[in-house]
Amino acid sequence: MIPYKPLPSNTSVIFAMSLTLEQVRRVAQLARIEISDDEANSTLAQLNSIFALIEEMQSVDTQGIEPMAHAQEMMQRLRDDLPDARDSGERRAAFQAIAPETAEGLYLVPKVIE
Amino acid sequence: MNAWEVVIGIETHVQLATRAKIFSASPIAFGAEANLQANAIDIALPGVLPVLNRTAVEFAIRFGLAAGSEIATRSVFARKNYFYPDLPKGYQISQYEWPVVVGGELTIQAGQESKVIRLTRAHLEEDAGKSLHETAGHSLRGKSGIDLNRAGTPLLEIVSEPDMRSSAEAVAYARALHALVRWIGICDGNMQEGSFRCDANVSVRPAGQTAFGTRREIKNLNSFRFLQQAIDYEVQWRIATLEDGGHIEQATVLFDPDNGETRAMRSKEDAHDYRYFPDPDLLPLFIERDWVEQVHAALPELPAANRQRLLAEYGLSAHDAAVLTSSLEIATYYEATVNAAGKANAKLCANWVMGDLAARLNREGREIDAAPLSASQLGNLLARIADGTISTPVARQVFDALCAGDGTSADEIIASRGLRQISDSDALAKIVDQVLSANMAMVDEFRAGKEKALNALVGQVMKASKGRANPQQVNELLRNKLG
Amino acid sequence: MISSSLQQLAEALGSKAISSVELTQLYLDRIARHDARLNAYITIDAEASLSQARLADQRLARGEGGPLTGIPIAQKDIFCAKGWRTTCASRILDNFVSPYDATVIQRFADAGAVLLGKTNMDEFAMGSSNETSYYGPVRNPWDLDCVPGGSSGGSAAAVAARLTPAATGTDTGGSIRQPAALCNLTGIKPTYGVVSRWGMIAFASSLDQAGALAPSAADCARLLNVMAGFDERDSTSIDRPAEDYCREIDSRPNGLPLAGLKIGLPKQFLGEGNDPQVMQLIEAAIADYEQLGAEFVDVSLPNMGLSVAAYYVIAPAEASSNLARFDGVRYGYRAPDYRDLNDMYRRSRAQGFGAEVKRRILIGTYVLSHGYYDAYYLQAQRIRRLIANDFSEAFRHCDLLLGPTIPSPAFKLGDKAADPVQMYLSDIYTIAVNLAGLPGVSTPCGFVGKLPAGLQLIGNYFSEARLLNAAHRYQQVKPWHLQLPPGFAE
Repeated sequence: MIPYKPLPSNTSVIFAMSLTLEQVRRVAQLARIEISDDEANSTLAQLNSIFALIEEMQSVDTQGIEPMAHAQEMMQRLRDDLPDARDSGERRAAFQAIAPETAEGLYLVPKVIE
Repeated sequence: MNAWEVVIGIETHVQLATRAKIFSASPIAFGAEANLQANAIDIALPGVLPVLNRTAVEFAIRFGLAAGSEIATRSVFARKNYFYPDLPKGYQISQYEWPVVVGGELTIQAGQESKVIRLTRAHLEEDAGKSLHETAGHSLRGKSGIDLNRAGTPLLEIVSEPDMRSSAEAVAYARALHALVRWIGICDGNMQEGSFRCDANVSVRPAGQTAFGTRREIKNLNSFRFLQQAIDYEVQWRIATLEDGGHIEQATVLFDPDNGETRAMRSKEDAHDYRYFPDPDLLPLFIERDWVEQVHAALPELPAANRQRLLAEYGLSAHDAAVLTSSLEIATYYEATVNAAGKANAKLCANWVMGDLAARLNREGREIDAAPLSASQLGNLLARIADGTISTPVARQVFDALCAGDGTSADEIIASRGLRQISDSDALAKIVDQVLSANMAMVDEFRAGKEKALNALVGQVMKASKGRANPQQVNELLRNKLG
Repeated sequence: MISSSLQQLAEALGSKAISSVELTQLYLDRIARHDARLNAYITIDAEASLSQARLADQRLARGEGGPLTGIPIAQKDIFCAKGWRTTCASRILDNFVSPYDATVIQRFADAGAVLLGKTNMDEFAMGSSNETSYYGPVRNPWDLDCVPGGSSGGSAAAVAARLTPAATGTDTGGSIRQPAALCNLTGIKPTYGVVSRWGMIAFASSLDQAGALAPSAADCARLLNVMAGFDERDSTSIDRPAEDYCREIDSRPNGLPLAGLKIGLPKQFLGEGNDPQVMQLIEAAIADYEQLGAEFVDVSLPNMGLSVAAYYVIAPAEASSNLARFDGVRYGYRAPDYRDLNDMYRRSRAQGFGAEVKRRILIGTYVLSHGYYDAYYLQAQRIRRLIANDFSEAFRHCDLLLGPTIPSPAFKLGDKAADPVQMYLSDIYTIAVNLAGLPGVSTPCGFVGKLPAGLQLIGNYFSEARLLNAAHRYQQVKPWHLQLPPGFAE
């Protein structure tokens, strides 16, 4: 795993944020959403107009500003290492009653090939 | 022929021996029936949220201290996004830019020399579930069955720098890391159960070149033997390919233990795009100095320091010190034995722990934490050999008796069975005289020059005294009497 | 009865003027009569509701009732409720019956409230008009050709037409406040972290917050008292002492009710983009506030104009990851035909998600992908901090901020659907509040023709009691909120 080296903040990189059809297809595959060519085309126009909106941010100088991930400056709370094994059989039954396909207590999917 | 240099880095996934999962309260015992240890959070139902297990963090701190790393005051959990059926959320909660442990090192024995392998980092993350292709006795009709019991188990991913230059060094590193995580109590080290899994990043370059060659990653090696075989095969294949003018593609590779070969996995073209970003359901983890100091104070003496001390204080050999510090349990037992027997008897203790005790444990299939006699019982026993109260052969009888639970202490057994070594010269002289008169043939043989006859006579005296005669004194007496 | 406040309902139940079963049945009957016109509800389960009502009546009989015991409350279909279908208005959860309760649902149950039904919403809370629901759009009771706002459009329409005394909602970019404004209701989005997100299906985790919609601010305060509180199951839940959000509303100040209150008017809220009639209503409200004792100061939120852009990076990014769990493996919709695993994912998600959701997932996936993360996601988070800093600076000079909740009143169904950006821009005054994590309230402030307009009050962190009181005192003198849409009186 290669540690990710972020770009220096406010690099004025020209990312023309308008997508090509190929990029739409690639992103749709990353997101595991099947998209026909027609859909890709009509989505493209809408996506590009949204990207034009987002583009407004790019001209802003944010040198020295820390990204804000959460509303408050808070620390992650820690919980005690106490296992809870209550009603595991009942719970599995309840969870699997709403599953598309199960057998032998397992969730079934098309074969996973490595 | 070019000389080639092999460059190896290892990433190890260490399953932390907490009682509950890292972000949920499900238990993590190995071998439970499918999906019985998977709660709403582990199944990734809509609306569930993670909360961090304190002990998982403590174990990461322990590791950082043991490896001489820096413990980050502030670290961040990030989502690693990809689709796989054993990854219920569609992302793994891991750490990316700001891991909890940074740097550190491990010293390994590479042949006769020591070598330092540097660590890049170690971070906390959750394990995925498992896919099964068949279950015991039932086919899954060509599908895969997903068991999420393991999903959410805490992992510490430890990344080394690519400092290893041979499969032997890689295995030495893996063994040392394995011993260390067991020593500090953060992992049970059970490789068959998947508690300790290594990925080896291997590349090959012409000797003298500074740039790294193309790297391939061999995933999920769960034994030291496989680690060695996989690297050896990969290197040999790599060199052969390069020498033939072939080109190496970066790939993720699996090792097949049945044929000893590595093969590339199906290409995951989007494998590089995990779209890491800080998990908004979790806040930054802050670790204060106070906590680190508390953990530090509670850490046992680490193996390297322990070994050094045994060499310095007890004058043990390097080999003996290594054996006696191969696990925390053994080191603790040994130390307690020395405390009971007295420091002067450290070597005697070493011999018995590595000898008689080890033999019995092996025979009975026990680990030292289930030893049939306590360290203080053993130590007291050895003290009695050292102070001449009993002979070594008698000590073995007492040892067996203690192991059988026939008495609570060596002294008790010695007293109740009258096993005190006979050191009184008069008493011994009597027995010697009796034996001599009953074994004239052996006397003649000895006088005729056969040294062995003396041993036989000593043996007879020991037998006549039911092992209680002091062998050295018997030896002396016989020589005096026989001239 | 349908014009009663929550306090009056509690009194009626307490004095046995009406039972919970009767009250619940009353609302169930109204839903049966009127909801076909509005489509405000996705799921009604009369038996389950009445069963809860019976339990509530028993509690009341034992004298163990609280402020909400026996009162029916509608729940936005984003809260997992055990044994109830919980769809998030999506086909992908059309068959999902939740095996567990959200904290919000639990807290209402513990208070003895009755779950009246699950309300319609924009799919996965992504929308500002309730036109993206798999179950069809919701209509505004004030004009059935108009949208009720979104994403909590079902809750808003239901309360506005009095098909429920009150309802819960969620607000990620304005989804409580904006529908409240378009439907003549009070809506509150509390400070981020005040209400637990456990069991609340996630859209954008760092922005989502549960809240309430009801006719009056006093009602909202009662609801918040039940909803708010630390929950150890939510790492972002804030651990602070419990508050009575009614305390300022219940107080009887000497002199002018809002004496000493300083209200800031951000110039960015009062510009040209606002419908002139809405501006008139706002100006009239300002005069009313002055009569109540408040003082106004001019303030500026210079980076506010960037809030929509920043939001449309951050929210889709988080959503694209939150919605990855909907894959047809363990629950929810799975496509009927597929060739292999990859195909199963692709088809289940393509068929299960609506167009707006897919659009946002694609945007989110793109802005997080390799090479773009820094330029877009991090940049948006930096702008977020600039916006939060702007608010902090403004609050050095005042206690609350005031402005229109949305630039214009409800638009017609279908008007903005073709151009997503137009739709997004209607959230221009509400989004910055979510980015900063501040509390916000919308209160009715008059009508433009027959359509309601809303006034937004924004407070500093944890100032909900004061915010609700500021809305309440205005409501005492200008009771717009008591008006009912024509055609729903019976």
